[in-house]
Amino acid sequence: MGEFFRVAWLVTCKDFRVESRSREMLYTTTFFATSCVLVFSFAFVRGGQPIAGAEAGIVWVSLAYSGQLALGRVFERELHHDALRGLLLSPVDRAAIFVGKLLGIVFLMVIVEMVVVFFVSLFFSATLFQYVPEFLALMITGTVGFASVGALFAAMLARTQSRAVLLPVLLYPVTVPVLIAGVSGTVALAQADPNLDLAHFWIALIVVFDVVFLTLSLWTFEPLMTE
Amino acid sequence: MQPKPGSVPFDFDQLTVSDVSRFYGRRRALSHVSMALRAGEIVGLLGPNGAGKSTLLSLLATLLVPSAGRVRYGDRTAREAGAALRAQVGFLSHELQLYPELTARENLEFSAGLYGLVDASRRIGNALEQAKLTNRADEPILSFSRGMRQRLALERVLLHTPRLVLLDEPFTGLDESSSRSLTDRLHELRDRRQLVLLATHDLDTVDGVVDRAVMLREGHVMQLDDSGGSLRERYREGLSRGRRI
Repeated sequence: MGEFFRVAWLVTCKDFRVESRSREMLYTTTFFATSCVLVFSFAFVRGGQPIAGAEAGIVWVSLAYSGQLALGRVFERELHHDALRGLLLSPVDRAAIFVGKLLGIVFLMVIVEMVVVFFVSLFFSATLFQYVPEFLALMITGTVGFASVGALFAAMLARTQSRAVLLPVLLYPVTVPVLIAGVSGTVALAQADPNLDLAHFWIALIVVFDVVFLTLSLWTFEPLMTE
Repeated sequence: MQPKPGSVPFDFDQLTVSDVSRFYGRRRALSHVSMALRAGEIVGLLGPNGAGKSTLLSLLATLLVPSAGRVRYGDRTAREAGAALRAQVGFLSHELQLYPELTARENLEFSAGLYGLVDASRRIGNALEQAKLTNRADEPILSFSRGMRQRLALERVLLHTPRLVLLDEPFTGLDESSSRSLTDRLHELRDRRQLVLLATHDLDTVDGVVDRAVMLREGHVMQLDDSGGSLRERYREGLSRGRRI
């Protein structure tokens, strides 16, 4: 098990190093997510008063769209100079490679989330941090669920020509439960009269989704990568 | 190569390809290919573009699965040997499998990490020296010429001392002195009893380097006259009059 996580961490660190040199994914996703929040703030804030519950939808829509941008690049980068083959040829558990890529994308999305939540709180006077543990649990489990499905589809489509078109077509129908649970849970936490029981229910639902899709991803990554 | 925790070390001195075919959809890239490689010999893989050379190399590297037939590494198939076999394979493909944003040293360190090499820093130092990149080791390879990247990619492939070395057009982009170094390196591999399969169009360069040659055309192994003459002459003869084996 230690070897598995050593390899996963090695892949994550390599991705961080590559990203720290190019900053391509960080800049594009953060810029895109911030632009979404800004555009929505013009639509949903009237006379200084935001529409109730709008902030939850805006947080999750911004994350989903910017996450999709990053997911599109996560395996595409490995295709340049055929580096993916070099990875697959190494004598490591291929599921560890998947986990390494997944960790990288989750960390990147968490950074974008911090920026998005900051701007949403600012523009919408949203009280997202009334219940910090619940809110963090909601965001992190939702990110893991969205990213695990997305990373699997990104890997599956890595060698196809039309991957940029196919990724959202496959990704959104499957991740709809996570997005609905994320929005509903955030509304339950941020409304004037917070409903903690309802928030816990949505968190539990996302955790179930995460377990199912993480298991499925780890199980299917190896056969998907063997031609 | 340091055996990874929990894995059983695996070694072999012969590779046997038996009646292997590989399809891409309805297109047959390889058709009933049979051949053998033995430790301590360098075999040239010749053939025109689209003959199936890269497919055969990918297949031997375990990156592709045969549609029919069997590849045996010693007495085991790729499925039986698993990850332990991948630890014994080094594959230099036409694309160099390097990360351009990383430095030469970082590329080698990442590879050493994946292969779990315990004496990584010594091996990396040697590899950089062999690639003549010691003084540029800490520069991103984005700024390197094709030849420099080619030398680095070759050393990355040999870093874990694989038993089976598969090289796809290794002389691409190399100047005369680098080509000579690569030739010396190939002789070293032969002396260390590694199995080397080398796909190339650079017939004049490899003439005298390879111990024997196998020719592919349209996915079939062709008979190559071994009665004499240069490799180029035999290749031309094989292309025009050769018959399938």
